[in-house]
Formats: sequence, C-alpha cells, structure tokens
Amino acid sequence: MGCDAAQIHARLVERFGDAIGAPTGQGRDTALAVAPERIAEVARFLRDDSDLAFDCLSNLSGVDYPKLGCIQVVYHLFSYRYRHWIVLKANAQRDDPVVPTVSGIWSHADWQEREVFDLLGVRFPGHPDLRRLLMPEDWPGHPLRKDFVEPEEYHGISTSRESLLKA
Amino acid sequence: MGLMGFEVEIERAQNGGGVVTEDMTLNMGPQHPSTHGVLRFIVRADGEVMKSAIPDVGYLHRSIEKIAEKVGWHGFIPYTDRVDYVAAMFCNHGWALAAEKLAGIEIPKRAEYCRVIADELCRLHSHLLSVGTMAMDIGAFTPFTHAIREREYLNDLFEELCGARLTFHYMRIGGVGWDLPPGWTEKVLVFLDRFEAMIEEYNRLISYNKIFVARLANVAVVSAAEAIDYNLVGPNLRGSGVRYDVRRDDPYSIYPELDFEIPVGRGEMGTLGDSFDRYIVRMDEMKQSCRILRQAIRQIPKGPVMAKVARNFKPPAGDTYVRLESARGDMGWYVVSDGTAFPYRCKIRTGSFTGISIIEHVSHDLMIADLVAVIASLDLVAPEIDR
Amino acid sequence: MSLINTAPEMALTAKVDDLLNWTRKSSLWYMMFGLACCAIEMMQTGGPRADLERFGMAPRATPRVSDVIIVSGTLTLKMALRTKLLYDQMPEPKYAISMGSCANCGGLFQLAYSVCDGVDKVIPVDVYVPGCPPRPEALTEGLLKLQEKIQSERWLVRKTEPVGVRA
Repeated sequence: MGCDAAQIHARLVERFGDAIGAPTGQGRDTALAVAPERIAEVARFLRDDSDLAFDCLSNLSGVDYPKLGCIQVVYHLFSYRYRHWIVLKANAQRDDPVVPTVSGIWSHADWQEREVFDLLGVRFPGHPDLRRLLMPEDWPGHPLRKDFVEPEEYHGISTSRESLLKA
Repeated sequence: MGLMGFEVEIERAQNGGGVVTEDMTLNMGPQHPSTHGVLRFIVRADGEVMKSAIPDVGYLHRSIEKIAEKVGWHGFIPYTDRVDYVAAMFCNHGWALAAEKLAGIEIPKRAEYCRVIADELCRLHSHLLSVGTMAMDIGAFTPFTHAIREREYLNDLFEELCGARLTFHYMRIGGVGWDLPPGWTEKVLVFLDRFEAMIEEYNRLISYNKIFVARLANVAVVSAAEAIDYNLVGPNLRGSGVRYDVRRDDPYSIYPELDFEIPVGRGEMGTLGDSFDRYIVRMDEMKQSCRILRQAIRQIPKGPVMAKVARNFKPPAGDTYVRLESARGDMGWYVVSDGTAFPYRCKIRTGSFTGISIIEHVSHDLMIADLVAVIASLDLVAPEIDR
Repeated sequence: MSLINTAPEMALTAKVDDLLNWTRKSSLWYMMFGLACCAIEMMQTGGPRADLERFGMAPRATPRVSDVIIVSGTLTLKMALRTKLLYDQMPEPKYAISMGSCANCGGLFQLAYSVCDGVDKVIPVDVYVPGCPPRPEALTEGLLKLQEKIQSERWLVRKTEPVGVRA
C-alpha cells in the first residue's frame, strides 16, 4: 500500500534529478535534502501524484545551524490515503534565508511559515500574509536564532528581575 | 491598542434605497470571558454577520522551545507540562518518547502501563474542562460546575499519584517518576464506576438539549478534505468523519494490547463536520477512555517503573519526530539533538495550533455569537498555540 | 465636599469605617483575568469544592464592574501593555492579587525572552499568592489576607500623625 522512504526517494530523483539529495537518518526519520528553490515544485508533485498523495503537512519547523551557515526548514509530510511518511529538509542561506512558500499546496503551511518567519527570520516569497505571529509586531530580532540577544527592555518594561536571594 | 499591523479595509456598500452601510471592526480579547486563554480576534462584521475573524495570537508565548535549549533534557519536563496545562501528561509523554527514541531506550512494561493510565485519566481531565467551558461559553453555567466537580475527584487521584493537581511532572525519560501508590487503582475503579454514570447524566443534561443543539448544529462545517488540508487533528478531525487516531493507526506504548473504539462524527444533529459532531466525539471518547482504563488496570504487570537512564543524559546526535494522541489530537514533537546534554531544537506541533488556523476560513457568514461556539468546539487552548 | 479622611477618630466614626469595610470586603467582584495554568486553578477555586462565592466573590467579565483583578498566569510582554490598560479601566477602590509564581516574579519562565518577570512591573499588587499553581486553599487564603487588608483601611477617619520620638 504505502511506499517506504527509498521508493519515494527513487520517484523524486526520477522526476527532479539532483535537486534531491541522498536519504539521511533511518526508519520514519529518513529525510531527503531538497534544494530550497525547488521545494514548492517537489511539494506539489508529492501532493498531486496519485501513488504518493501526501495530502497532509504534519509539521513545518525551522532549525538554525550557524556552524553550517544555514537555517534548515524541515517538512514532515503524511498521506492519509496510503499512511506513509516522508521528511524533507531545505537548507536556506543563513544571512538571507529565502524558501518558496508551500501555503498554496497545504493550507496548514500558512501559519507554520509565519511562525518560522517570526522566530527565525526565513522569508517565504509567495506567502499571502507574511507577518509576525507570536512576537509583537515591533519586536527586534528573531528569537530562535542561536545568536539572538535579548533586549534590555520593551516599551519601558525591563526584561530582567533582580534576584531576591541576593543578600 | 490599535490594530497593530493589520490593514483592514472597510467595505462600504450601497444597499437598496440608497442606504450606505459600513462594516464594523470589533476587537474581541485578549481578555474576555470565554475561558480558552488569551486569544484575540479582530472581527469584521456587517451587523451581526461576520465577514471574517482574524486571530491574533502570541499573548501567551513563553518561549518554551528556546528554554529547552537552556535547561537540558531532564530539566525540560516541567516546562512540557506548561505547553498544554489542561492535558499535561501527554506533553510529558511526548518529550519522554522523543528522548527515548533518540537514545534508543526501552522502558519497562509497568512504566508503559502507568503512562497509559495517567494519559487516559488526563484525557478525561481535559475533555471535562473542554465540554464544561463549551457549555459555559454557550450560556449554560450548570454543566460547567458539574465538570469542575468531576475534575476535583480526578485532581484527588492525580494528587495521590504524583503530588500535583495540574502540572504533573509525572513522567521521566525512561519511565515514570513514582510507582502507583498502594490502593490507588481501587480508587480509580471506584471513580470510574461513578463517572460513567455521570457521563450519562451529562448527556441528559446538556448534550441533546434543544438550545445547545441549535447553537452547535450546522455551525462551522468542516469537510474531511478541508480538515486534512488544514491539518486538523484529534476530535476536530474525527468530527469531520476521518477515522484516524494515533493510538490505533500509528500505535505507541501498549495501545496495541488494548481494545477500544474510535468515535467519529456522524452528522446526527446537523451536517457532518459541524460543531456538534466535534462535541459529541469528545463525549464518546470519554467513555472509551474509561474502557481503556479498566483494561489497563486489570492487565498491569509488576516490575520496575524506571529504566536505567544516566543523570547526565546525552542522546546521540540526530533528529526525530514522534507523535502521540493528546486530548487535543495528534501532538508532534520534532526534537534535534547534537549529542550534548542540552537539546539543540525542540518544535512542538499541537492540535490547537492547527485548529486556530482554520477559524479565519470557517468564520465567513457566521454570527458573532457563533464565533464563541466555534472556538469552544475546536477546543483551543492558548498555551498550545503560543507555547 | 469630600468626606474622605476628615472625621476625627471617635467610636462612632471608626465603627462606620468598619461597617463600610465589612460590606466592601464581603462582596469583592473579581475580573476573570485568567492567563495561563493558574486560571484553571482559579476556576477550580470557583467550583463547588473550594467555593469562592461563599465569600461574596463573583466573576465578572469586564474591568469596569470589578473590584479586584486576579492576575493568574504568566504575563508576557505583549500582554503586559494590555494589562496596564485593563487595570486603569477598573474604578477605585481596586485591588490586585498576583496569583502564582509567574505573576509574582516570572516563575520558571524567567529564562524566557518574551515574559514580563512579574505583574508588579506594570500594576501595583496587594497580595502575592505563591504556588505553581497555587492550590484553591492557597488562593482562598490570599483572598482572606486581602479581606484583612481591606478591613484595616480607613476612609472616614482622619489620618493622625504618628506620635513618638525620632531617634
């Protein structure tokens, strides 16, 4: 019924060639690296193909890897029809991370991408409404980055508290 | 506080007779009597009928995911309680599952049973609050006090088990914190005997009440395809007719050894996928949880409740994505480890996060009063959305 | 012409003050300001077992009709600005109870970048109730302490200068 990661990898390589990297990881966590500029096409193929039918974007996260110089956007896809999984990873350049949006393919990506933009600073061209989701609109910086420095104060409220345990 | 970044166009329309009408833009929240936490909605309404309700979230963003990187694997467990404080056992369980999968730890059988018993009691805990606050939002205060009363009995059980009434910190990486106290399982059975009759009382009181049904039937119908597209999970998904439950279709822990049904919405009072279906799925799930609890208590083996896990826990580098069926649905934990004693990244994808993203889509042509019913039927809690 | 703090301290005026305070403390209407986990315990405190209504406390939705605001839960910086607005809308005499560790001092979220470490950075607090979350009994004790505080206030009686020798 469902395909395993090796078969999905073979289908994708057949269609997209070297935009797809070799599988890493094992079991359910087997991930395929995808060139970030092709991610939207790959996603659309994965959803529309009748043997793959990934109709659900289960999770979309961003991970900051300063040592590798990239911010990695990780897509966990699931198919309700065939009950199979795949993980896609797209590495975007850390100084100006841009990854095409998949919100036209799965509606759930809309809010997930807004969160990744808010907390990591990744821009998703083509997104209908890319603005901050969790932090206030005028918040400086992107908090989940490894080099984020907390501001001293926000609108007059200081962000630190003196410890009461000090003598 | 202004609209803070929202550009909302005011529509002017010329109605018959040359009367010019204008949309209203109303602000609902972040403090409002509906008890689902601090959520704010910017409602554009033409009179009483909404054109759209745009959610504005982040008022409870407590940076839990960043804190994971600071406090270490074991130290993060109390923070997982706060990710969804209404159903805290599931969050503990999810983190423990992720850490155990990364490190390849297998936990003792008795610990698995303790986890399932705690999980299912927590599911009752959460669903009671959900249906109680839903009734209160719709206007019926009495079912809320019934739900709070039942929750007090559950609080007593939890307090005896792990010392806390709300934020349990019961599970550990490698098992559970404490064994079941002597005589506790008998108390759970006494509670279940009482509680199953209470579910029937609740159904008689509110579930098929004419006003309650009229407020919920045919409101915010979500089709199965839309539910999958927006990644609705749990009772929201099953209310739209999709029979998928992580406990049955992607099982973890000892669920394969337990016998239970998965209730699905049937469109019995209105259309399939309306708010009433989502509500009645929760009531039926409570009955199934009672069934699971009785089986687990009967089958629980003797043995240790904790595997040998280093205090200085350092799972090998790698990442994993685990899911479990929380009270609000499939909760996904994507955890990245870099081999040190501190997690590298932890991303939690919760059921309420998916639920709130569909509100803008379903809020066309609903009344303003229906918005409250929809929020309650999707069982949104602010900490899951904001983390 | 205001009568506040004008009457001399006599048996009658002190008794009137006591009567006024007794009526006020026995009917404190609290604004439902449940932010996070403590809100659930506040709901349980209002429930059948640890009943708040027996103290005359009724939950109110808007600040305009409330006497006391129970800040239950973590205050984020985004919410702190709104909290000030809500507190300002409450009519005098008003009181604030800070419920739980997060509202007292930031609690376990002092490590967070987006959390205001304690609600007393934005509003003046009368009673701090510790706990994470505080039990219903703890919140009830906090309320009783607030009632003691209210009982000891003086509205009618003139404030007298302290008599004593400064060392």
